[in-house]
Amino acid sequence: MKKNSFEQDVQTLPQKFGSTLRPQDRMTIVLFLLPALVFFSIFLVYPVFRSVYYSLFNWKGFGPTVDFIGLNNFKRILTDRIFLKAVGHGLLIVVLSLSIQLPLSLALALMVGRNLRGRALFRTIFFMPYVLSEVITGIMWLILFNPDPKRGFINAIMALLPGLKAIPWLGDTKTVLLAIFVVLTWKYFGFYMLLYLASLQNIPSEIEEAALIDGVNKRQMITYITIPLIGSTIRTSIYLSVLGSLQVFAIIWIMTKGGPVNASEVMSTYMYRFSFVRFELGYGSAVATVMLLISLFFSLAYLRLVRQADYLN
Amino acid sequence: MKKYSLVLFLVGILLLSGVLTTMAAEAPVTINWWHIQTAEVEKVLWQGLADEYMAAHPNVNIEVLSLENENFKAKLTTVMLSGEPPDIFQSWGGGVMNEYAKAGLLLDITAHLDKDGWRDTFSPGALGVYSFEGKNYGVPRDMGMVGFWYNKDLFAQAGIDNPPATWTELLEDVQILKDAGITPIAVGEGDKWPGAFWWEYLAVRIGGQAAFDAAYSREGSFTDAPFIEAGEKLQELVALEPFQSGFLGATWGDEATLMGNGEAAMDLMGQWAPGAFADNSVDKLGLGEKAGWFPFPAVERGTGDPADALGGGNGFVIGINAPQEAVDFLKYISSVDSQIAQAEINLSVPVVKGAEGGLIDPLLKIVQQGAAAAQYFQLYYDQAMPPAVGSVVNDNVQGLFAGTLTPEQTAQAIEDSAAQEIK
Repeated sequence: MKKNSFEQDVQTLPQKFGSTLRPQDRMTIVLFLLPALVFFSIFLVYPVFRSVYYSLFNWKGFGPTVDFIGLNNFKRILTDRIFLKAVGHGLLIVVLSLSIQLPLSLALALMVGRNLRGRALFRTIFFMPYVLSEVITGIMWLILFNPDPKRGFINAIMALLPGLKAIPWLGDTKTVLLAIFVVLTWKYFGFYMLLYLASLQNIPSEIEEAALIDGVNKRQMITYITIPLIGSTIRTSIYLSVLGSLQVFAIIWIMTKGGPVNASEVMSTYMYRFSFVRFELGYGSAVATVMLLISLFFSLAYLRLVRQADYLN
Repeated sequence: MKKYSLVLFLVGILLLSGVLTTMAAEAPVTINWWHIQTAEVEKVLWQGLADEYMAAHPNVNIEVLSLENENFKAKLTTVMLSGEPPDIFQSWGGGVMNEYAKAGLLLDITAHLDKDGWRDTFSPGALGVYSFEGKNYGVPRDMGMVGFWYNKDLFAQAGIDNPPATWTELLEDVQILKDAGITPIAVGEGDKWPGAFWWEYLAVRIGGQAAFDAAYSREGSFTDAPFIEAGEKLQELVALEPFQSGFLGATWGDEATLMGNGEAAMDLMGQWAPGAFADNSVDKLGLGEKAGWFPFPAVERGTGDPADALGGGNGFVIGINAPQEAVDFLKYISSVDSQIAQAEINLSVPVVKGAEGGLIDPLLKIVQQGAAAAQYFQLYYDQAMPPAVGSVVNDNVQGLFAGTLTPEQTAQAIEDSAAQEIK
């Protein structure tokens, strides 16, 4: 079968051209890569190493780093009940994203990818939340979730419906994480939907036609033809979703600052609180390092388990 | 070809000399000024002062930035960590300012204060909040105390004739208000510091100056009995469910909205409350005649004097890279006239001598006199102590409000942070 995924093309590039490259061409490649490489180093690689360096100090962010404390910051992180709670919340968001957000996006993509009337309109509507900035999204939902039925739209509706009453969504430790997950889903499902849509368009219609001739029904078509054929996109979306969920920050900070009483705390809000509210930048850097390690661990595991399988096929 | 280069040379000389002369005449300077006033009348007042100053000093350009309280703190932290403070900016003095001073981010203006008797225009207590190790880094514009702002109509509606004088009476009144279907207390506990006032004031009433001094000097501890008892008293209040729905996620702005619209009966807050009530209310008038004020009630068997005050104020400090004109402008906005104008719109409880008369609001006069008369004036904990400890106080008192932490756990968390940070 012909390999047609983008990754495979990239992988075969060096085999095709590697041996025949002339020195001038190599020079061109280096020159084109250089600007990106410089920016990448200055704004990503260098700060990461600085951060790891700071994490070894008791440092408030001002002046020179003098109070070297070795790995004490890391010891404190791993024994801090609130940090562990934040990790738990992060994992919960990951699980919810994978089990609710992605399937929802896929279902919508299958719907608007077909010959549905007004599908262009639906595509635009579904994609719109993703275009909004996170801060605007956070503030908008903050207003929607206002506990006072006179001010918050959601509670106004709750108050009108018989048998329901207004709920302080963001002010209750039991509901706050759920409310935030709703916002995250609303914000990002359009992005995943678009990924799936792009992938759906790559499915050759001959295959579907052949299947139809063989007499498959709609359900079989989706399970045995469509989903396997967009498998690599689904795997990519899982990867993006997990990393995105582990690093979510702006929406939570805007809406709850990780509260009430750490009920919506995630690693990034925890890091921000220590770094920029408590001025414990050394400790905050250590938290950032731990976050990096967790994300790196996931990335490597993913590459080993999933990507390799993709290449081998 | 040679001719052209000569012409070019001459033109160049001309241009250069032109630039140089204008520079010598009036080197243009820009002053960045960050304040946290977002109410329209207050913004207009500050901008007006800046405009007046710029008109009198054409070479000075003042860029005024108005930021909401929480946004200001976030933005300021970022620029401070990058070592580029604004030229003039809002400060509450105390622990956070001391950190900036220690890091060399603030300009020492001691010499300016000593010149021409500028220092003597301020009341010394308020000015002292902006000094660290004998050096002045800024000046106050406002000093007051925290107390109860209440809605007299709602109290009357519930049948309460006099505001409570003791903690027990306060709890009783809360119950009476609740029974009358009125939300007794508004609090924006999502912002944390409004609730921290409760715990801090209870500690002031129960343990007095002795308890805080002992804990702060590290001879005592924040797990000492008065701090535990403060948590227990707060629990008694929380158990009555006296707050608006969703108070744990609410902001100070939400709190002011409820009070300003007459939807909650009382609010434990500082001297800036009436202005904020008005600005956040639907009619922009706030409580007006309905407003009342009473001091934090005495706590039975507490050793603190009922006249002791928890409070603090606002001021401006000067960033290290500020031009000399910034100090001159600070002097300009700290004049008696400016202070009177600030007092007239309830922006500031004046700290410059001779401006007290500007206070029109009778309640703010009481606040000013109360703060001045207090034998023991306790600066808010989150300003009195290093930022890390202040933040731990705020975070953990929220746990008391939510019922997820015990008084002992709260006190222990604060003590742990104090043990690490206060040396």
